[in-house]
Amino acid sequence: MSDPMGFLLWVKGPAFNFALAVFALGMLARLVEIFILGRKTNYAEAKGGEWGPGFKTMLTRTVADPGTFARAPFNVVVGWIWHIGFITALLLFIPHIELFRGVLGIAWPGLPNPVVDAVTAITILALVATLVHRTQHPVKKHISTPEDYLVWTVTFLPVLTGYLAYHRLVNPYPLILGLHILSVNLFLVVFPFTKLTHVFTAFIARWYNGAIFGRKGVQS
Amino acid sequence: MAARKTLGESLREHGVSRRGFLKFCAATASMMALPPSMGPVIAAALEKARRPSVIWLSFQECTGCTESLTRSHSPTVEDLIFDVISLDYHHTLQAAAGHQAEAAREQAMKDNHGEYLLIVDGSLPGPNSNPGFSTIAGISNYAMLQEAVAGAKAVVAVGTCSAFGGLPAAAPNPTGAVSVMDIVKDKPVINVPGCPPVPMVITGVLAQYLVFGKLPDLDEYHRPLAFFGQSIHDRCYRRPFYDKGLFAESFDDEGARKGWCLYRLGCKGPSTYNACATMRWNSGTSWPVESGHPCLGCSEPKFWDAGGFYEPLSAPLGTPGNTLLAAGAAGVVIGGVAATLAKHRAATAVAERQPVTVEELEQKL
Repeated sequence: MSDPMGFLLWVKGPAFNFALAVFALGMLARLVEIFILGRKTNYAEAKGGEWGPGFKTMLTRTVADPGTFARAPFNVVVGWIWHIGFITALLLFIPHIELFRGVLGIAWPGLPNPVVDAVTAITILALVATLVHRTQHPVKKHISTPEDYLVWTVTFLPVLTGYLAYHRLVNPYPLILGLHILSVNLFLVVFPFTKLTHVFTAFIARWYNGAIFGRKGVQS
Repeated sequence: MAARKTLGESLREHGVSRRGFLKFCAATASMMALPPSMGPVIAAALEKARRPSVIWLSFQECTGCTESLTRSHSPTVEDLIFDVISLDYHHTLQAAAGHQAEAAREQAMKDNHGEYLLIVDGSLPGPNSNPGFSTIAGISNYAMLQEAVAGAKAVVAVGTCSAFGGLPAAAPNPTGAVSVMDIVKDKPVINVPGCPPVPMVITGVLAQYLVFGKLPDLDEYHRPLAFFGQSIHDRCYRRPFYDKGLFAESFDDEGARKGWCLYRLGCKGPSTYNACATMRWNSGTSWPVESGHPCLGCSEPKFWDAGGFYEPLSAPLGTPGNTLLAAGAAGVVIGGVAATLAKHRAATAVAERQPVTVEELEQKL
Protein backbone atom coordinates (compact mmCIF):
# COMPACT_ATOMS: atom_id res chain seq x y z
CA MET A 1 0.00 0.00 0.00
CA SER A 2 3.07 2.23 0.31
CA ASP A 3 3.49 2.60 -3.46
CA PRO A 4 1.02 3.88 -6.08
CA MET A 5 0.12 0.46 -7.47
CA GLY A 6 -0.21 -1.05 -3.99
CA PHE A 7 -2.43 1.90 -3.05
CA LEU A 8 -4.61 1.42 -6.15
CA LEU A 9 -5.06 -2.28 -5.42
CA TRP A 10 -5.95 -1.52 -1.80
CA VAL A 11 -8.57 1.12 -2.64
CA LYS A 12 -10.24 -0.96 -5.34
CA GLY A 13 -9.98 -4.15 -3.29
CA PRO A 14 -10.44 -4.23 0.50
CA ALA A 15 -11.27 -0.52 0.88
CA PHE A 16 -13.94 -0.56 -1.85
CA ASN A 17 -15.49 -3.72 -0.44
CA PHE A 18 -15.58 -2.16 3.03
CA ALA A 19 -17.16 1.06 1.70
CA LEU A 20 -19.70 -0.94 -0.29
CA ALA A 21 -20.59 -2.95 2.82
CA VAL A 22 -21.11 0.19 4.93
CA PHE A 23 -23.20 1.73 2.14
CA ALA A 24 -25.41 -1.32 1.62
CA LEU A 25 -25.83 -2.06 5.31
CA GLY A 26 -26.51 1.54 6.32
CA MET A 27 -28.81 2.36 3.43
CA LEU A 28 -30.91 -0.81 3.64
CA ALA A 29 -31.21 -0.53 7.42
CA ARG A 30 -32.57 2.99 7.02
CA LEU A 31 -34.91 2.19 4.15
CA VAL A 32 -36.30 -0.97 5.73
CA GLU A 33 -36.93 0.91 8.96
CA ILE A 34 -38.78 3.64 7.06
CA PHE A 35 -40.92 1.13 5.17
CA ILE A 36 -41.76 -1.04 8.17
CA LEU A 37 -42.71 1.94 10.31
CA GLY A 38 -44.75 3.20 7.38
CA ARG A 39 -48.13 4.69 8.11
CA LYS A 40 -51.09 3.37 10.02
CA THR A 41 -53.37 1.08 8.08
CA ASN A 42 -56.30 3.09 6.83
CA TYR A 43 -59.57 1.22 7.16
CA ALA A 44 -61.85 3.94 5.76
CA GLU A 45 -62.72 3.55 2.08
CA ALA A 46 -61.26 6.41 0.06
CA LYS A 47 -62.55 8.04 -3.11
CA GLY A 48 -59.20 8.44 -4.87
CA GLY A 49 -56.33 5.97 -5.12
CA GLU A 50 -52.84 6.34 -3.67
CA TRP A 51 -50.53 4.96 -6.36
CA GLY A 52 -51.48 7.27 -9.22
CA PRO A 53 -51.29 10.54 -7.31
CA GLY A 54 -48.15 9.27 -5.56
CA PHE A 55 -46.25 8.74 -8.82
CA LYS A 56 -47.66 11.95 -10.28
CA THR A 57 -46.30 13.95 -7.36
CA MET A 58 -42.95 12.17 -7.65
CA LEU A 59 -42.69 13.79 -11.08
CA THR A 60 -44.32 17.15 -10.41
CA ARG A 61 -42.27 17.85 -7.28
CA THR A 62 -39.12 17.10 -9.28
CA VAL A 63 -39.73 20.21 -11.37
CA ALA A 64 -39.56 23.42 -9.37
CA ASP A 65 -42.80 25.44 -9.34
CA PRO A 66 -42.68 28.95 -10.85
CA GLY A 67 -42.68 30.59 -7.43
CA THR A 68 -39.60 28.69 -6.28
CA PHE A 69 -37.84 29.43 -9.55
CA ALA A 70 -38.63 33.14 -9.23
CA ARG A 71 -37.29 33.24 -5.67
CA ALA A 72 -34.15 31.14 -6.18
CA PRO A 73 -33.28 30.76 -9.87
CA PHE A 74 -29.62 30.00 -9.10
CA ASN A 75 -30.50 27.06 -6.86
CA VAL A 76 -32.85 25.59 -9.45
CA VAL A 77 -30.69 26.03 -12.56
CA VAL A 78 -27.28 25.20 -11.09
CA GLY A 79 -28.79 22.44 -8.99
CA TRP A 80 -30.29 20.81 -12.06
CA ILE A 81 -27.07 21.23 -14.06
CA TRP A 82 -24.78 19.55 -11.59
CA HIS A 83 -27.23 16.82 -10.64
CA ILE A 84 -27.65 15.82 -14.29
CA GLY A 85 -23.91 16.12 -14.87
CA PHE A 86 -23.09 14.00 -11.84
CA ILE A 87 -25.56 11.29 -12.79
CA THR A 88 -24.40 11.30 -16.42
CA ALA A 89 -20.73 10.92 -15.46
CA LEU A 90 -21.58 8.29 -12.87
CA LEU A 91 -23.83 6.11 -14.98
CA LEU A 92 -22.81 6.68 -18.60
CA PHE A 93 -18.98 6.75 -18.54
CA ILE A 94 -17.81 3.42 -20.00
CA PRO A 95 -15.25 2.57 -17.27
CA HIS A 96 -17.99 3.23 -14.69
CA ILE A 97 -20.36 0.91 -16.53
CA GLU A 98 -17.64 -1.75 -16.29
CA LEU A 99 -17.53 -1.08 -12.54
CA PHE A 100 -21.29 -1.64 -12.27
CA ARG A 101 -20.91 -4.80 -14.34
CA GLY A 102 -18.23 -5.94 -11.89
CA VAL A 103 -20.50 -5.34 -8.88
CA LEU A 104 -24.05 -5.95 -10.14
CA GLY A 105 -23.40 -8.09 -13.21
CA ILE A 106 -25.43 -5.80 -15.47
CA ALA A 107 -24.37 -3.21 -18.02
CA TRP A 108 -25.94 -0.64 -20.32
CA PRO A 109 -24.86 1.55 -23.23
CA GLY A 110 -22.59 4.48 -22.40
CA LEU A 111 -21.73 7.85 -23.90
CA PRO A 112 -18.55 8.69 -25.86
CA ASN A 113 -15.76 9.82 -23.57
CA PRO A 114 -15.58 13.41 -24.92
CA VAL A 115 -19.26 13.94 -24.06
CA VAL A 116 -18.77 12.70 -20.50
CA ASP A 117 -15.62 14.81 -20.29
CA ALA A 118 -17.49 17.99 -21.23
CA VAL A 119 -20.34 17.17 -18.86
CA THR A 120 -17.83 16.58 -16.04
CA ALA A 121 -16.12 19.91 -16.65
CA ILE A 122 -19.50 21.68 -16.44
CA THR A 123 -20.35 19.71 -13.29
CA ILE A 124 -17.12 20.80 -11.60
CA LEU A 125 -17.83 24.45 -12.41
CA ALA A 126 -21.42 24.15 -11.20
CA LEU A 127 -20.37 22.48 -7.95
CA VAL A 128 -17.80 25.20 -7.28
CA ALA A 129 -20.52 27.77 -7.99
CA THR A 130 -22.82 26.12 -5.43
CA LEU A 131 -20.09 26.35 -2.78
CA VAL A 132 -19.37 29.99 -3.58
CA HIS A 133 -23.08 30.75 -3.48
CA ARG A 134 -23.45 28.96 -0.16
CA THR A 135 -20.64 30.95 1.41
CA GLN A 136 -21.73 34.30 -0.08
CA HIS A 137 -25.50 34.19 0.29
CA PRO A 138 -26.31 35.50 3.80
CA VAL A 139 -29.28 33.20 4.46
CA LYS A 140 -27.67 30.11 2.97
CA LYS A 141 -24.49 30.78 4.89
CA HIS A 142 -26.47 31.14 8.11
CA ILE A 143 -28.38 27.90 7.76
CA SER A 144 -25.42 25.83 6.51
CA THR A 145 -24.15 23.21 8.92
CA PRO A 146 -20.84 21.32 8.94
CA GLU A 147 -22.74 18.39 7.42
CA ASP A 148 -23.58 20.52 4.37
CA TYR A 149 -19.90 21.25 3.76
CA LEU A 150 -18.98 17.59 4.37
CA VAL A 151 -21.56 16.45 1.82
CA TRP A 152 -20.34 19.03 -0.70
CA THR A 153 -16.75 17.84 -0.23
CA VAL A 154 -17.45 14.13 -0.63
CA THR A 155 -19.55 14.88 -3.71
CA PHE A 156 -17.01 17.21 -5.29
CA LEU A 157 -13.87 15.10 -4.74
CA PRO A 158 -14.90 12.12 -6.92
CA VAL A 159 -15.77 14.48 -9.79
CA LEU A 160 -12.54 16.44 -9.50
CA THR A 161 -10.26 13.40 -9.11
CA GLY A 162 -12.11 11.62 -11.91
CA TYR A 163 -11.47 14.58 -14.22
CA LEU A 164 -7.78 14.67 -13.22
CA ALA A 165 -7.47 10.91 -13.75
CA TYR A 166 -9.19 10.96 -17.15
CA HIS A 167 -6.90 13.71 -18.38
CA ARG A 168 -3.91 12.04 -16.70
CA LEU A 169 -2.94 15.32 -15.05
CA VAL A 170 -1.30 13.61 -12.08
CA ASN A 171 1.56 11.15 -12.39
CA PRO A 172 1.79 8.25 -11.92
CA TYR A 173 -1.66 7.27 -13.11
CA PRO A 174 -2.27 4.56 -10.45
CA LEU A 175 -1.94 7.27 -7.80
CA ILE A 176 -4.68 9.53 -9.20
CA LEU A 177 -6.93 6.61 -10.12
CA GLY A 178 -6.45 5.34 -6.55
CA LEU A 179 -7.32 8.77 -5.13
CA HIS A 180 -10.43 8.86 -7.32
CA ILE A 181 -11.60 5.47 -6.05
CA LEU A 182 -10.68 6.44 -2.47
CA SER A 183 -12.88 9.56 -2.74
CA VAL A 184 -15.73 7.36 -4.01
CA ASN A 185 -15.18 5.03 -1.06
CA LEU A 186 -15.47 8.02 1.26
CA PHE A 187 -18.68 9.08 -0.52
CA LEU A 188 -20.14 5.58 -0.03
CA VAL A 189 -19.23 5.47 3.67
CA VAL A 190 -20.66 8.91 4.39
CA PHE A 191 -23.76 8.33 2.23
CA PRO A 192 -26.14 6.49 4.63
CA PHE A 193 -25.47 8.81 7.54
CA THR A 194 -25.96 12.21 5.90
CA LYS A 195 -28.47 14.02 3.73
CA LEU A 196 -27.02 12.12 0.78
CA THR A 197 -29.73 9.55 1.59
CA HIS A 198 -32.06 11.90 -0.30
CA VAL A 199 -30.95 10.01 -3.43
CA PHE A 200 -33.38 7.32 -2.25
CA THR A 201 -35.66 9.04 0.25
CA ALA A 202 -36.55 12.14 -1.81
CA PHE A 203 -38.65 10.11 -4.22
CA ILE A 204 -40.19 8.00 -1.45
CA ALA A 205 -41.18 11.18 0.41
CA ARG A 206 -42.68 12.67 -2.75
CA TRP A 207 -44.67 9.51 -3.32
CA TYR A 208 -46.01 9.61 0.25
CA ASN A 209 -46.99 13.26 -0.17
CA GLY A 210 -48.80 12.56 -3.40
CA ALA A 211 -50.49 9.49 -1.97
CA ILE A 212 -51.79 11.43 1.03
CA PHE A 213 -53.07 14.29 -1.15
CA GLY A 214 -54.62 11.97 -3.70
CA ARG A 215 -56.50 9.83 -1.25
CA LYS A 216 -59.53 12.09 -0.86
CA GLY A 217 -61.04 10.33 2.10
CA VAL A 218 -61.24 10.40 5.86
CA GLN A 219 -58.56 8.97 8.09
CA SER A 220 -59.85 6.00 10.06
CA MET B 1 41.51 -10.42 -19.15
CA ALA B 2 38.59 -9.84 -21.47
CA ALA B 3 37.63 -6.63 -19.72
CA ARG B 4 40.76 -4.90 -21.07
CA LYS B 5 39.49 -4.71 -24.66
CA THR B 6 37.54 -1.67 -25.78
CA LEU B 7 34.12 -2.03 -27.29
CA GLY B 8 35.33 -0.61 -30.62
CA GLU B 9 38.04 -3.24 -30.88
CA SER B 10 35.63 -6.00 -29.99
CA LEU B 11 33.06 -4.86 -32.54
CA ARG B 12 35.67 -4.77 -35.30
CA GLU B 13 36.78 -8.26 -34.32
CA HIS B 14 33.16 -9.39 -34.67
CA GLY B 15 33.01 -7.90 -38.15
CA VAL B 16 30.60 -5.06 -37.33
CA SER B 17 30.91 -2.31 -39.91
CA ARG B 18 31.36 1.34 -38.98
CA ARG B 19 28.04 2.10 -40.67
CA GLY B 20 26.23 -0.58 -38.66
CA PHE B 21 27.81 0.71 -35.48
CA LEU B 22 26.78 4.32 -36.15
CA LYS B 23 23.24 3.24 -37.02
CA PHE B 24 23.08 1.50 -33.68
CA CYS B 25 24.36 4.61 -31.91
CA ALA B 26 21.70 6.77 -33.61
CA ALA B 27 19.02 4.26 -32.64
CA THR B 28 20.32 4.22 -29.06
CA ALA B 29 20.20 8.04 -28.94
CA SER B 30 16.61 8.06 -30.14
CA MET B 31 15.70 5.22 -27.78
CA MET B 32 17.03 7.19 -24.84
CA ALA B 33 15.09 10.26 -25.98
CA LEU B 34 18.30 12.15 -26.72
CA PRO B 35 18.76 14.58 -29.63
CA PRO B 36 20.24 13.08 -32.85
CA SER B 37 23.41 15.09 -32.26
CA MET B 38 24.14 12.73 -29.38
CA GLY B 39 24.68 9.83 -31.85
CA PRO B 40 28.38 10.62 -32.54
CA VAL B 41 28.93 11.27 -28.83
CA ILE B 42 27.53 7.84 -28.06
CA ALA B 43 29.70 6.35 -30.80
CA ALA B 44 32.83 7.96 -29.38
CA ALA B 45 31.97 6.89 -25.84
CA LEU B 46 31.18 3.32 -26.86
CA GLU B 47 34.39 3.08 -28.94
CA LYS B 48 36.43 3.81 -25.88
CA ALA B 49 34.29 1.95 -23.37
CA ARG B 50 35.96 -0.93 -21.62
CA ARG B 51 34.00 -4.13 -21.59
CA PRO B 52 32.54 -4.32 -18.15
CA SER B 53 32.38 -7.64 -16.43
CA VAL B 54 28.81 -8.79 -15.99
CA ILE B 55 27.63 -11.50 -13.63
CA TRP B 56 24.10 -12.71 -14.28
CA LEU B 57 22.38 -14.55 -11.45
CA SER B 58 19.17 -16.48 -12.12
CA PHE B 59 17.03 -17.25 -9.08
CA GLN B 60 13.30 -18.09 -8.96
CA GLU B 61 12.68 -17.45 -12.65
CA CYS B 62 11.45 -19.13 -15.80
CA THR B 63 14.33 -18.10 -18.11
CA GLY B 64 11.82 -16.06 -20.10
CA CYS B 65 13.92 -12.93 -19.58
CA THR B 66 16.98 -14.61 -21.05
CA GLU B 67 14.84 -16.02 -23.84
CA SER B 68 13.58 -12.52 -24.56
CA LEU B 69 17.11 -11.17 -24.69
CA THR B 70 18.30 -13.86 -27.08
CA ARG B 71 15.19 -13.58 -29.29
CA SER B 72 16.33 -10.28 -30.71
CA HIS B 73 17.07 -11.21 -34.33
CA SER B 74 20.55 -12.45 -34.80
CA PRO B 75 22.89 -11.02 -35.75
CA THR B 76 21.85 -7.53 -34.73
CA VAL B 77 24.01 -4.87 -33.26
CA GLU B 78 22.22 -5.09 -29.94
CA ASP B 79 23.13 -8.78 -29.84
CA LEU B 80 26.71 -7.84 -30.30
CA ILE B 81 26.56 -5.11 -27.73
CA PHE B 82 25.43 -7.82 -25.42
CA ASP B 83 28.15 -10.07 -26.77
CA VAL B 84 30.87 -7.56 -26.15
CA ILE B 85 30.20 -7.03 -22.52
CA SER B 86 32.18 -9.62 -20.66
CA LEU B 87 29.44 -11.94 -19.52
CA ASP B 88 31.39 -13.98 -17.02
CA TYR B 89 28.58 -15.98 -15.46
CA HIS B 90 25.15 -16.87 -16.80
CA HIS B 91 23.55 -20.27 -16.15
CA THR B 92 21.79 -20.57 -19.43
CA LEU B 93 24.24 -18.97 -21.80
CA GLN B 94 27.57 -20.17 -20.42
CA ALA B 95 29.19 -23.36 -21.62
CA ALA B 96 30.65 -24.28 -18.25
CA ALA B 97 28.69 -26.26 -15.70
CA GLY B 98 28.99 -27.43 -12.12
CA HIS B 99 32.10 -26.46 -10.17
CA GLN B 100 33.72 -24.83 -13.18
CA ALA B 101 30.78 -22.47 -13.56
CA GLU B 102 30.87 -21.46 -9.92
CA ALA B 103 34.64 -21.05 -10.12
CA ALA B 104 34.18 -18.66 -13.07
CA ARG B 105 31.74 -16.60 -11.02
CA GLU B 106 34.09 -16.43 -8.06
CA GLN B 107 37.05 -15.57 -10.28
CA ALA B 108 35.12 -12.76 -12.02
CA MET B 109 33.96 -11.38 -8.69
CA LYS B 110 37.52 -11.38 -7.40
CA ASP B 111 39.13 -9.90 -10.53
CA ASN B 112 36.56 -7.13 -10.96
CA HIS B 113 35.73 -6.42 -7.35
CA GLY B 114 33.85 -3.14 -7.03
CA GLU B 115 33.51 -2.78 -10.81
CA TYR B 116 31.25 -5.52 -12.17
CA LEU B 117 27.62 -5.19 -13.03
CA LEU B 118 25.38 -7.68 -11.33
CA ILE B 119 22.27 -8.66 -13.30
CA VAL B 120 19.60 -10.66 -11.53
CA ASP B 121 16.55 -12.32 -12.98
CA GLY B 122 14.04 -14.04 -10.75
CA SER B 123 12.91 -13.35 -7.22
CA LEU B 124 14.48 -15.04 -4.24
CA PRO B 125 13.21 -16.52 -0.98
CA GLY B 126 13.48 -13.76 1.64
CA PRO B 127 15.82 -13.89 4.63
CA ASN B 128 13.09 -15.37 6.82
CA SER B 129 12.12 -18.11 4.34
CA ASN B 130 13.41 -21.64 4.08
CA PRO B 131 16.66 -21.13 2.09
CA GLY B 132 16.15 -24.57 0.56
CA PHE B 133 13.35 -23.29 -1.64
CA SER B 134 15.92 -22.19 -4.20
CA THR B 135 19.63 -22.97 -4.24
CA ILE B 136 22.46 -22.98 -6.77
CA ALA B 137 25.41 -25.29 -6.13
CA GLY B 138 24.10 -25.74 -2.61
CA ILE B 139 24.18 -21.99 -1.95
CA SER B 140 20.91 -20.27 -1.09
CA ASN B 141 19.81 -17.47 -3.42
CA TYR B 142 19.92 -15.03 -0.54
CA ALA B 143 23.52 -15.89 0.40
CA MET B 144 24.64 -15.81 -3.24
CA LEU B 145 23.04 -12.41 -3.81
CA GLN B 146 24.59 -10.96 -0.67
CA GLU B 147 28.01 -12.24 -1.69
CA ALA B 148 27.72 -10.99 -5.26
CA VAL B 149 26.31 -7.61 -4.31
CA ALA B 150 29.25 -6.89 -2.01
CA GLY B 151 31.63 -6.33 -4.93
CA ALA B 152 29.14 -5.02 -7.51
CA LYS B 153 29.09 -1.48 -8.82
CA ALA B 154 25.38 -1.68 -9.43
CA VAL B 155 22.61 -4.23 -9.66
CA VAL B 156 20.25 -4.51 -12.62
CA ALA B 157 17.09 -6.46 -11.77
CA VAL B 158 15.86 -7.84 -15.10
CA GLY B 159 12.25 -8.96 -15.27
CA THR B 160 9.29 -8.40 -13.00
CA CYS B 161 10.22 -11.27 -10.64
CA SER B 162 13.56 -9.74 -9.65
CA ALA B 163 12.20 -6.18 -9.78
CA PHE B 164 8.96 -6.69 -7.85
CA GLY B 165 8.71 -10.35 -6.82
CA GLY B 166 6.58 -11.29 -9.82
CA LEU B 167 4.84 -14.64 -10.07
CA PRO B 168 6.69 -16.34 -7.17
CA ALA B 169 5.61 -13.50 -4.86
CA ALA B 170 1.97 -13.60 -6.01
CA ALA B 171 -0.55 -14.54 -3.32
CA PRO B 172 -0.14 -16.73 -1.33
CA ASN B 173 3.63 -16.40 -1.96
CA PRO B 174 4.51 -19.90 -0.75
CA THR B 175 8.28 -19.36 -0.82
CA GLY B 176 8.23 -15.94 0.85
CA ALA B 177 9.67 -14.52 -2.37
CA VAL B 178 11.03 -10.97 -2.34
CA SER B 179 12.49 -8.67 -4.98
CA VAL B 180 16.11 -7.62 -5.31
CA MET B 181 15.41 -4.09 -4.05
CA ASP B 182 13.81 -5.58 -0.94
CA ILE B 183 17.24 -6.99 -0.08
CA VAL B 184 19.79 -4.66 -1.65
CA LYS B 185 19.79 -1.30 0.10
CA ASP B 186 23.40 -0.12 -0.11
CA LYS B 187 24.02 -0.39 -3.87
CA PRO B 188 22.21 1.25 -6.79
CA VAL B 189 19.43 -0.99 -8.09
CA ILE B 190 18.04 -0.49 -11.60
CA ASN B 191 14.78 -2.31 -12.26
CA VAL B 192 14.01 -3.43 -15.80
CA PRO B 193 10.62 -5.06 -15.22
CA GLY B 194 8.47 -6.83 -17.76
CA CYS B 195 7.37 -10.41 -18.17
CA PRO B 196 9.67 -10.51 -20.01
CA PRO B 197 11.21 -7.06 -20.57
CA VAL B 198 11.56 -5.73 -24.10
CA PRO B 199 14.99 -6.96 -25.34
CA MET B 200 16.02 -3.48 -26.51
CA VAL B 201 15.25 -2.14 -23.05
CA ILE B 202 17.65 -4.61 -21.44
CA THR B 203 20.40 -3.82 -23.93
CA GLY B 204 19.48 -0.12 -23.87
CA VAL B 205 20.02 0.13 -20.12
CA LEU B 206 23.42 -1.55 -20.50
CA ALA B 207 24.30 0.75 -23.41
CA GLN B 208 23.32 3.79 -21.40
CA TYR B 209 25.58 2.64 -18.60
CA LEU B 210 28.45 2.08 -21.03
CA VAL B 211 28.00 5.44 -22.79
CA PHE B 212 27.59 7.71 -19.84
CA GLY B 213 29.46 5.68 -17.24
CA LYS B 214 26.68 6.43 -14.80
CA LEU B 215 23.35 4.99 -13.94
CA PRO B 216 20.24 6.28 -15.70
CA ASP B 217 17.57 8.51 -14.17
CA LEU B 218 15.02 6.33 -12.41
CA ASP B 219 11.38 6.61 -11.42
CA GLU B 220 10.07 5.77 -7.97
CA TYR B 221 10.16 2.06 -8.81
CA HIS B 222 13.84 2.36 -9.84
CA ARG B 223 12.90 1.97 -13.50
CA PRO B 224 14.90 3.95 -16.10
CA LEU B 225 12.78 6.91 -17.12
CA ALA B 226 14.08 6.70 -20.67
CA PHE B 227 12.09 3.49 -21.15
CA PHE B 228 9.47 3.55 -18.42
CA GLY B 229 8.69 7.27 -18.37
CA GLN B 230 5.46 7.01 -20.35
CA SER B 231 2.47 4.76 -20.04
CA ILE B 232 1.34 2.25 -22.63
CA HIS B 233 -1.96 4.16 -22.87
CA ASP B 234 -0.25 7.48 -23.67
CA ARG B 235 1.75 5.97 -26.53
CA CYS B 236 -0.85 3.48 -27.74
CA TYR B 237 -1.83 3.77 -31.40
CA ARG B 238 -5.37 2.74 -30.35
CA ARG B 239 -5.61 5.72 -27.99
CA PRO B 240 -7.78 7.78 -30.39
CA PHE B 241 -10.45 5.09 -30.13
CA TYR B 242 -10.43 5.37 -26.34
CA ASP B 243 -10.75 9.13 -26.63
CA LYS B 244 -13.68 8.72 -29.04
CA GLY B 245 -15.30 6.10 -26.79
CA LEU B 246 -15.01 3.28 -29.35
CA PHE B 247 -14.34 -0.02 -27.60
CA ALA B 248 -14.10 -3.68 -28.55
CA GLU B 249 -16.44 -5.61 -26.26
CA SER B 250 -15.40 -9.12 -27.20
CA PHE B 251 -12.44 -10.58 -29.04
CA ASP B 252 -14.55 -11.22 -32.11
CA ASP B 253 -16.92 -8.30 -32.43
CA GLU B 254 -16.91 -5.53 -34.97
CA GLY B 255 -14.89 -3.28 -32.65
CA ALA B 256 -12.16 -5.90 -32.29
CA ARG B 257 -11.99 -6.34 -36.06
CA LYS B 258 -11.77 -2.61 -36.56
CA GLY B 259 -8.94 -2.33 -34.04
CA TRP B 260 -10.80 -0.29 -31.43
CA CYS B 261 -9.65 0.28 -27.84
CA LEU B 262 -9.28 -2.86 -25.67
CA TYR B 263 -10.08 -1.18 -22.33
CA ARG B 264 -13.28 -3.15 -21.81
CA LEU B 265 -11.44 -6.39 -22.50
CA GLY B 266 -9.13 -5.74 -19.57
CA CYS B 267 -6.33 -3.60 -21.04
CA LYS B 268 -4.08 -2.34 -18.22
CA GLY B 269 -2.33 0.12 -20.54
CA PRO B 270 -3.54 3.21 -18.63
CA SER B 271 -1.74 2.13 -15.46
CA THR B 272 1.28 0.46 -17.05
CA TYR B 273 4.59 2.15 -17.76
CA ASN B 274 6.72 0.41 -20.38
CA ALA B 275 8.20 0.86 -23.84
CA CYS B 276 6.20 -1.82 -25.72
CA ALA B 277 4.11 0.72 -27.66
CA THR B 278 7.17 2.51 -29.02
CA MET B 279 9.80 -0.25 -29.31
CA ARG B 280 7.52 -3.19 -29.97
CA TRP B 281 8.58 -6.82 -30.03
CA ASN B 282 10.26 -9.24 -32.43
CA SER B 283 12.51 -6.63 -33.96
CA GLY B 284 9.76 -4.04 -34.12
CA THR B 285 7.20 -6.33 -35.76
CA SER B 286 4.31 -5.89 -33.36
CA TRP B 287 3.29 -5.78 -29.72
CA PRO B 288 0.42 -7.28 -27.70
CA VAL B 289 -2.13 -4.51 -28.27
CA GLU B 290 -1.33 -4.40 -31.99
CA SER B 291 -1.97 -8.14 -32.17
CA GLY B 292 -5.39 -7.61 -30.60
CA HIS B 293 -4.68 -8.52 -27.00
CA PRO B 294 -5.03 -6.16 -24.03
CA CYS B 295 -1.94 -5.13 -22.08
CA LEU B 296 -1.53 -7.29 -18.97
CA GLY B 297 0.40 -4.64 -17.06
CA CYS B 298 3.38 -6.98 -16.64
CA SER B 299 5.92 -4.26 -15.84
CA GLU B 300 3.99 -3.06 -12.78
CA PRO B 301 4.29 -4.34 -9.21
CA LYS B 302 1.77 -6.97 -8.07
CA PHE B 303 0.45 -7.49 -11.58
CA TRP B 304 -0.46 -11.10 -10.85
CA ASP B 305 -2.63 -10.02 -7.93
CA ALA B 306 -4.20 -7.00 -9.66
CA GLY B 307 -7.41 -8.76 -10.71
CA GLY B 308 -8.16 -10.86 -13.76
CA PHE B 309 -6.26 -10.13 -16.96
CA TYR B 310 -9.59 -9.73 -18.76
CA GLU B 311 -11.27 -7.61 -16.08
CA PRO B 312 -11.34 -3.90 -16.97
CA LEU B 313 -9.07 -1.62 -14.97
CA SER B 314 -12.08 0.07 -13.35
CA ALA B 315 -13.61 -3.22 -12.15
CA PRO B 316 -13.25 -3.75 -8.41
CA LEU B 317 -11.22 -6.56 -6.90
CA GLY B 318 -12.61 -9.35 -4.75
CA THR B 319 -16.29 -10.29 -4.77
CA PRO B 320 -18.15 -6.99 -4.37
CA GLY B 321 -21.45 -8.59 -5.48
CA ASN B 322 -21.33 -10.93 -2.50
CA THR B 323 -20.30 -8.07 -0.20
CA LEU B 324 -23.30 -6.10 -1.42
CA LEU B 325 -25.69 -9.01 -0.82
CA ALA B 326 -24.31 -9.93 2.61
CA ALA B 327 -24.17 -6.34 3.87
CA GLY B 328 -27.58 -5.63 2.34
CA ALA B 329 -29.08 -8.66 4.11
CA ALA B 330 -27.54 -7.53 7.38
CA GLY B 331 -28.95 -4.06 6.77
CA VAL B 332 -32.44 -5.47 6.20
CA VAL B 333 -32.23 -7.38 9.48
CA ILE B 334 -30.93 -4.36 11.39
CA GLY B 335 -33.58 -2.08 9.87
CA GLY B 336 -36.28 -4.64 10.65
CA VAL B 337 -35.15 -5.01 14.25
CA ALA B 338 -34.92 -1.23 14.69
CA ALA B 339 -38.44 -0.72 13.30
CA THR B 340 -39.85 -3.56 15.37
CA LEU B 341 -38.29 -2.14 18.54
CA ALA B 342 -39.67 1.30 17.72
CA LYS B 343 -43.15 -0.12 17.15
CA HIS B 344 -42.86 -2.12 20.34
CA ARG B 345 -41.87 1.02 22.27
CA ALA B 346 -44.87 2.88 20.85
CA ALA B 347 -47.24 -0.01 21.64
CA THR B 348 -45.86 -0.32 25.17
CA ALA B 349 -46.29 3.39 25.72
CA VAL B 350 -49.93 3.15 24.64
CA ALA B 351 -50.57 0.03 26.78
CA GLU B 352 -48.94 1.45 29.87
CA ARG B 353 -50.59 4.83 29.54
CA GLN B 354 -52.15 5.85 32.89
CA PRO B 355 -54.86 8.46 32.29
CA VAL B 356 -55.45 10.95 35.06
CA THR B 357 -58.87 12.56 35.46
CA VAL B 358 -59.46 16.13 36.56
CA GLU B 359 -61.14 14.84 39.71
CA GLU B 360 -58.08 12.77 40.62
CA LEU B 361 -55.88 15.77 40.10
CA GLU B 362 -58.11 17.97 42.22
CA GLN B 363 -58.08 15.42 45.03
CA LYS B 364 -54.30 15.60 45.13
CA LEU B 365 -54.30 19.36 45.45
